[in-house]
Amino acid sequence: MGGKGIRIEGLKKRYGSGDTAVDALKGVDMQVAPGEVVGLIGPSGSGKSTLLKCLGAVIDPTAGRMTLGDEVIYDDGWKVRDLRALRRDKIGFVFQAPYLIPFLDVTDNVALLPMLAGVANAEARSSALELLTALDVQHRARAMPSRLSGGEQQRVAIARGLVNRPPVILADEPTAPLDSERAMTVIRILDDMARKYETAIIVVTHDEKIIPTFRRVYHIRDGVTHEEAGEGRPFDGTG
Amino acid sequence: MISLAGRDIVHAWGKFVFTGIGLGLLIGVTLVMAGVYRGMVDDGRALLDNSGAELWVVQRGTLGPYAESSSLYDDTYRAIRAMPGVAKAANVTYLTMQVRDSRSDVRAMVVGIAPGGPGATPGWPPYLVAGRHITRSHYEAVADVASGLRLGDRLAIRRNSYTVVGLTRRMVSSSGDPMVFIPLKDAQEAQFLKDNDALWQSRRRTGANPAFDRPGVPGLLDAVNAAQSTNAFVNAVLVTLEPGRDPDEVAAAIRRWRRLTVYTRPQMESILVGKLIATSAKQIGMFLVILAIVSAAIVAFIIYTLTMDKIREIAVLKLIGTRDRTIAGMILQQALALGVIGFVVGKITATFSAPMFPKYVLLVPFDSVVGFFAVLVICVVASIAAIRMALRVDPAEAIGG
Ligand SMILES: Nc1ncnc2c1ncn2[C@@H]1O[C@H](COP(=O)(O)OP(=O)(O)O)[C@@H](O)[C@H]1O
Ligand SMILES: [Mg+2]
Repeated sequence: MGGKGIRIEGLKKRYGSGDTAVDALKGVDMQVAPGEVVGLIGPSGSGKSTLLKCLGAVIDPTAGRMTLGDEVIYDDGWKVRDLRALRRDKIGFVFQAPYLIPFLDVTDNVALLPMLAGVANAEARSSALELLTALDVQHRARAMPSRLSGGEQQRVAIARGLVNRPPVILADEPTAPLDSERAMTVIRILDDMARKYETAIIVVTHDEKIIPTFRRVYHIRDGVTHEEAGEGRPFDGTG
Repeated sequence: MISLAGRDIVHAWGKFVFTGIGLGLLIGVTLVMAGVYRGMVDDGRALLDNSGAELWVVQRGTLGPYAESSSLYDDTYRAIRAMPGVAKAANVTYLTMQVRDSRSDVRAMVVGIAPGGPGATPGWPPYLVAGRHITRSHYEAVADVASGLRLGDRLAIRRNSYTVVGLTRRMVSSSGDPMVFIPLKDAQEAQFLKDNDALWQSRRRTGANPAFDRPGVPGLLDAVNAAQSTNAFVNAVLVTLEPGRDPDEVAAAIRRWRRLTVYTRPQMESILVGKLIATSAKQIGMFLVILAIVSAAIVAFIIYTLTMDKIREIAVLKLIGTRDRTIAGMILQQALALGVIGFVVGKITATFSAPMFPKYVLLVPFDSVVGFFAVLVICVVASIAAIRMALRVDPAEAIGG
C-alpha cells in the first residue's frame, strides 16, 4: 500500500485542559488503502466522531501524524496551512443526514464544489450528472432536494462527496436514516465507488446489518482502536 | 461560477419580496421626506422669483417680510424709487389667513399688489393660467390654482368679498400656501384697518381723553381721529434695478439714506432657507436619521434570520471546503439584493405618491442617487452581524457528536 490512501499514527486528541480535559483519542493507528472500504465501530462516547473529524481535517489532533497520499497533514502539532482547501480537494464527506443545500437543485448540489473552485458550470454539471447516473438518481437531476426520498437524498449526498474525486471519503452513519435494503444499496455504492475511483472510504456506523459487509473493521473503545478482519459478506442483505 | 445568493433568493423569493416591499415603503417615505424639504426650498425660491423683485426693503432690523413681520409707511416707496439705480419700487403686503369661498375655507397667503400691471410692477403674478389680471382697484382677486378656487368664485377676506378673475400657478408662500392676489388698498384694509367696532371704541377713548378734546382747539379731536384711522402701512417695498446695477451697492445706499433694512436676492434666499425653514429641515433630518436606522435594523434582522436558518448549510459548505469569502459574499449579496428591491419599490412609491401630498414634494434625481448609495451602505452595515455569525460557525457542527 505504501504511501497511498490515508494513514494515521499515534493520533491523540484532548478536549479542554486541566482538570476538565478529556482524552478522546489516546493514540490511534489506522490505515486505509485506495479502493478499500473499512468500518469504524464503537460504543457511544468511544471517540468515533472525534476520529472522523481529525481524519477530515475539521479539528486538529493534539499529537500524532496523519498522511494523505504522499502529503503530511499533521505531524505532532504541525499542520498544513490551508485545511479548508485540503478538505475541498482531498476529502469527501457523507453525513448521517444528507444536508443538501435546499436552494440548489440536485445537479447543482453535486456540481457546487467544482463550480466554486472555478470549473465551468457546464463541465461541473456534466460530471455531476455522470455521478448521479452512476448512483442511479439521474432522473431526479433537476429536482429540489426537498422533493427527494431519504434514499435518493443520501445518494445525492454521496455523489456530492465524490464529485471532486477525493482520495478519501468519510461517511458518518450514512445508512442511519435508511431501511436495511436501502442501507445495503448505499454500502454497495460506496464499495463500487471505492473501486471505480480508487478512493479510501471510512464508514462510521452502528448498523448491525452492514457491519458484516466490511472486509476490515476498526473497533474503537475509550479512544483506542483495534483492527479486525471483517466478514466481507456480499451485499445481498441475506447475511 | 454559481450565485449562491441568487439561488437562495429565487428559492425563498416570498421572504425577499415581502421584506423588500416593506423596506421599500420605508425608503419611499424617506425619499418623500427629502422631497418635502426640497419642495420647501423650491417654494421659497419660487416665492422670491415670482415676486419679481431684486431688492426687498423692510422695516428696520427685521427679517421681513416672509420670515418676520415688517411694516413700513406706504409712502416709503416714493423715496426709494428716487434712489439712483432703482428702476421700480412697489408696495406689497402679505397676510396669511383662511380665505373663505362659498364651499369651504382654504389657507392662503393674501398678497396686496400695488396698482400697475405684470412686469411693470413688482409683486404681480408674472403669468396666468386662466382669466385675466386685476384691472379694477377693488374687489378683484387672482388666485393660485392650488387654492382650489375657480374663475368667477367669490371669496371673503375680512369684511369684503372678491371675485376671482384670474388663476395662476406655482405662486405659493414659503410654507406652501397658495397665494391670492388682491389690490393693495383692499389688502391694507384687511391687514391694518380696524373694524367698525374697534373704530368706534377708539374714537370713544380718544374723545374721552381731555388732552385731545380741548374746548380751545376746535378740530383737534377730528384730526386725531383721522390720523388714527388712516395709518396706512405695507409690509415691504419690492425693488427692481436698472440694468447693470450692482444690487449690493443699491442696497447699501438705501440702507444708508433711508435707514431701512434691505435684502438682496441671495440674502433673502439665505433667510428663507437658512432661518425660516431651518427648523423644518432639522425635523426632516431627524426623520431621515430615524428612517435610516429603522431600515438598517430591518435589513439586519431579516438577513440575520435568513442566515440563522442556513446555519447548518453554512457548516456543511465550510466542511466541504467553501471559502469564507464565498459565504460572506452570499450574505452580502442577499443584503444588497434586499436593498435594491427596497430601493426600486421605494422609488416607485415615492414617484407615484408625491403628487398626492398636500405640500409640494420635489423629487430630485440627486437625492435618489444619494439615497440609493445610502441604502447600499446600510445593507452592507446591516449584514455585518450575520456575516460574523456565519464565519463563526464551526464546520465540525456538520458532522455532529
Ligand atoms: N467538543 C468536545 N469537548 C469536550 N469533550 C468532547 C468534545 N467532543 C467529544 N468530547 C468527548 O470525547 C469523547 C469522545 O466523543 P465522540 O468522539 O463524540 O464519541 P462518539 O462519536 O463515539 O460517540 C466523549 O467522552 C465526549 O464527551
Ligand atoms: Mg458520535
